[in-house]
Amino acid sequence: MLSPFDRQLIAATQAGLPLVPRPYDAVGAQLGVSGAVVRERLEGMLREGLVRRIGAVPNHYRLGYIANGMTVWDVDDALVDALGEKVGALSFVSHCYRRPRALPDWPYNLFAMVHGHHRAEVERRALQIHCLLAEACRGHDILYSERILKKTGLRLPDSAAGSTG
Amino acid sequence: MSGATTVLALDATDALLIRRLHGDLPLTDTPYADVARELGLSEDEVVARLQTMLADGVLSRFGPLFQIERAGGQFVLAAMQVPEDRFDAVAEQVNALPEVAHNYRRQHRFNMWFVLACSSPAQASAAGVRIEAVTGLRVFAFPKEKEFFVELRLPV
Repeated sequence: MLSPFDRQLIAATQAGLPLVPRPYDAVGAQLGVSGAVVRERLEGMLREGLVRRIGAVPNHYRLGYIANGMTVWDVDDALVDALGEKVGALSFVSHCYRRPRALPDWPYNLFAMVHGHHRAEVERRALQIHCLLAEACRGHDILYSERILKKTGLRLPDSAAGSTG
Repeated sequence: MSGATTVLALDATDALLIRRLHGDLPLTDTPYADVARELGLSEDEVVARLQTMLADGVLSRFGPLFQIERAGGQFVLAAMQVPEDRFDAVAEQVNALPEVAHNYRRQHRFNMWFVLACSSPAQASAAGVRIEAVTGLRVFAFPKEKEFFVELRLPV
């Protein structure tokens, strides 16, 4: 679990790293520790997988990838994990997960978010996934997003972070 | 997506910087200066370009990307089939819950898809129950059972 210092470090940096010449020192000053302590803990968090990476997150909508389709697949349970790895490795796929079906309303157990410049591109890419899944796939659908109703960003919940956000 | 989306063109230096910073920012005293040196830029230029790209929305974030689930957070994808004539009212009811982090309208019989961000599975299921009580509609929860990939690396 997280130490109190981890929570402070997450709260101080989850909105972003300061764009100043010595950013880790700046975070440290805010938390009352040295920049070296901040760097060491971030290094540990990278090792533990608590931090995926430190860097830039492009907004793909602003870069022209305006079509976003949630492709969903009904894949043979015996093969879904092996195939999910392959689908996830495709460069245009983000957020690839195995999820439970909700029969009879929802037969799909593999979700892969596909991004493209337009719907035709998303559909071509879905076809690529379909070819990869081949006979293991019993059905699929593409759910296009039409409107963002709410977007607050995934933050550590208040109760866990000990801070707002 | 939203009709307000403006597509921005990146210059070659911005694209270079984004490609470099998809990877890890060095854990050094002066990481921007170090990246600048690698790319043949000045530290000031790297900082200024990052500031501009954040302000313009080309970058949605810059910094450590936490895998919050490892810190005890729970994120549950859920969906509802909302009657068209009630859609906006239900969206308002669902969005009113602080646990609802994202909510998207999608073109499907299941037309509302949202993510519940909670600190425990119990809190997530309580939020689902509360939404069902308030809306009178069934909430279908699709918690992830296995994650295959979560990093998008589109060419820039």
